[in-house]
Amino acid sequence: MSFYPICAEYNDAPLAEQFGSVTEHDVRRALNKTTLSPEDFLALLSPAAVPFLEEMAAKASQLTLQHFGRTIQLFTPLYMANFCTNKCVYCGFNTKNKIPRSQLGPEELEKEAEAIAATGLKHLLILTGDARAKSSPEYIESAVEILRKHFPSVSIEIYAMTEEEYARLIEAGVDGMTMFQETYNEELYPELHPAGPKHDYRFRLDAPERACKAGMRVVNIGALLGLDDWRHDALKTGIHAAYLQNKYPEVDIAVSLPRIRTHVGDAFTPKSLVSDTALVQNMLALRIFLPRCGITISTREAPDFRENILPLGVTRMSAGVSTEVGGHTCEEEEKVGQFDISDERSVDEMCEVLRKHGYQPVFKDWHPLQEAS
Amino acid sequence: MNNDIFKLGGLEFESRLLTGTGKYADDSVIPDVCEASGSQIITVALRRVDLESDTGNVMDFIPKHMQLLPNTSGARTAEEAVRIARLAKAMGCGNWIKIEVISDNKYLLPDGYETAKATEILAKEGFVVLPYVNADLYIARSLVDAGAAAVMPLGAPIGTNRGLKTREMVRILIDEIELPIIVDAGIGRPSEACEAMEMGADACLVNTAIATASDPALMGRAFGRAVKAGREAYLSGPGAKHSHAKASSPLTGFLHEG
Repeated sequence: MSFYPICAEYNDAPLAEQFGSVTEHDVRRALNKTTLSPEDFLALLSPAAVPFLEEMAAKASQLTLQHFGRTIQLFTPLYMANFCTNKCVYCGFNTKNKIPRSQLGPEELEKEAEAIAATGLKHLLILTGDARAKSSPEYIESAVEILRKHFPSVSIEIYAMTEEEYARLIEAGVDGMTMFQETYNEELYPELHPAGPKHDYRFRLDAPERACKAGMRVVNIGALLGLDDWRHDALKTGIHAAYLQNKYPEVDIAVSLPRIRTHVGDAFTPKSLVSDTALVQNMLALRIFLPRCGITISTREAPDFRENILPLGVTRMSAGVSTEVGGHTCEEEEKVGQFDISDERSVDEMCEVLRKHGYQPVFKDWHPLQEAS
Repeated sequence: MNNDIFKLGGLEFESRLLTGTGKYADDSVIPDVCEASGSQIITVALRRVDLESDTGNVMDFIPKHMQLLPNTSGARTAEEAVRIARLAKAMGCGNWIKIEVISDNKYLLPDGYETAKATEILAKEGFVVLPYVNADLYIARSLVDAGAAAVMPLGAPIGTNRGLKTREMVRILIDEIELPIIVDAGIGRPSEACEAMEMGADACLVNTAIATASDPALMGRAFGRAVKAGREAYLSGPGAKHSHAKASSPLTGFLHEG
C-alpha cells in the first residue's frame, strides 16, 4: 500500500464540482467537529468557507497555541550545489538555464556552516539540485558529517531517494526530510517536469513514505502552490499528510505552504493565482484538520504577511535565507539563487520581530541521541 | 499543615506543584512563574537545552533553587529515552529524569510498555525516575516494580487543557499505589488541580495551562494556591459524599427507640 492509489482517486474525482457543491452548513459542521474527515477538510478549503475565515482563524489560533504554545522554530536552508538534471519549467535550477553552477567542497561547507552557526541557528536544511552524479548520497553523507559539528539538527531537501539511501543518511545524522511533490496532479505533472529523474511522478510521491519507513524523525511535505488549482493541491497535500500521520504515528509530519515565486530564466505563468486570502484559508483548514501538524512558512512570503499569519498556525519559519550556493559567504555579485525571496531579514531581525509579536524564537528543538561518552 | 512535606526522590519539598518550561512566549517569564507559583520542581525538555548558546538558553532562566527535572520529550522508544537521560546527566542536568516515551505524534499518548522498560534501566543506574504514563493500574504496578520514584498519570492528553478526565482511574492509582501520584498533563484550570489534590494526589505538574495563559505568572500563582487548597482539603478529611439525601428522621430510627 502507498499513498499513490489514494491520490489517484482524488486525481480522478470531480474536485471542481465537489468544491463547488459545499454548503454553508457543511462548513459549519466541519468547524464544530473535533476530529475532521477528509470531506470536512474539503469543506474548509472550499469557496463556501471563505466567509468563515475569521471563525476558522479563531479555531486555528486556539489549536496552535494549545499544541505548540507561543513558539516558532527557526531554521535556514544551505544550498550545497545547484547542478541539476531536471527541466522543471518553473525552477531557476532548470538544466536549460545558463547560470553559474557550483558545488561546495569540504572547506567551503565548513566556512558556510560557521557563518550560519554564528547567527545562532541550530536547525539546518541542506539542498542540492537533482544531480546524483554530482551530489551523490556519499557527497551528502560526508557533508552531513561536517555540518553536524555545528548543527544538532540537519534536514535534507534533495532528490527522491530509496528507503536504503534514506536509512544511510539517517545513520549519518540526518533527522528530517522535506519533499515537495510540486503538484499532485498526475496529468499536469509531466508537463511541468518534462525531463530528468524528477519526471517520475510516483517515485517522488512515495519518497516521504520511504523516508518514514527508513526511520526519519521529521518528514515535511508540500505542493508548490500555483502550479495547479491551489485548492486541489492543498486538499491532496493535507490528505497526504494525514495518511502519513496515521500510518507512521512516530514520525513528526509537517507541511510547507510555498507559493510560486519569480526566478532566473524563462518566464513561467502559474496556473492558479494564490492570493494572500487563499494561502490563509489553506493554512487555517490544514491546522483545523491536523491540529498537531507542523506548518512551515518560508521567506518566499513578504515580511508583513509573515508577521500577520503568525497566530494562525505557523510553527516553523526560515530566517536569514540565501538561496544561492554558498550564499552565506560568497560575494554579492556571485549570487544566483533558485528563486527570489521576499523576506531578507537577518536572524537577529526575525527574532526581534517574533518577540515583538509575543513569540519565542526557538533555535534548538532537537538533540542528537549519541550515547554520552 | 506546616509539617506537610512532599518527599520525592529522597528530597523534601514544600510545594506540590511542578511546573514546566515549554510553550512560553519568552523564557524570561519563567523566574516570575516559579516565584509566583511557589513551585520548586521544574521540567525541561533536553532537546531544547542548548548549553553552547551564549543567549537564549532556557537553563539560564531556571532559578538556582529549583530541582531540575529533565524530560525525554522526543523519545519514541525506551532506548531513546535511556539515551536522552544519560545525555542529560552527562550535560550536568542531574540524575532526575521524567520519562516521556511517545511514538504517536497525533495524540501524544505515552507508551506504557516502553516507559516501564526505560524506567527499569534508568532506576538501576541510579536515576530518580518519574515516568509519565496513562492512568492505568497495571502500568503503575509495573513502574513500582521497575523502581520508579513516582507515577505520573495523565489527567487528559498533553496540552489539551481538558482537565481531570481520568478521574476514576487516577483515584484507583491513589488508592492502590504506594508511590507518590503526580497528575501530569491535561490539567487546564486551577480548580482541576485542586480537585486532583482533594482526591489525594500527591502533586500536579502543570505546563501548558500556565505557559499559554495571558498572564503566566498570575496563572502560576493561581495554580500554586489551588494545589495547596486541594492538599489542605484532602488532609482535613472532607465529609463523605452521599448519593441520596440523608433524612433528618431516618427510616430505621425506630429500631433504636425505647
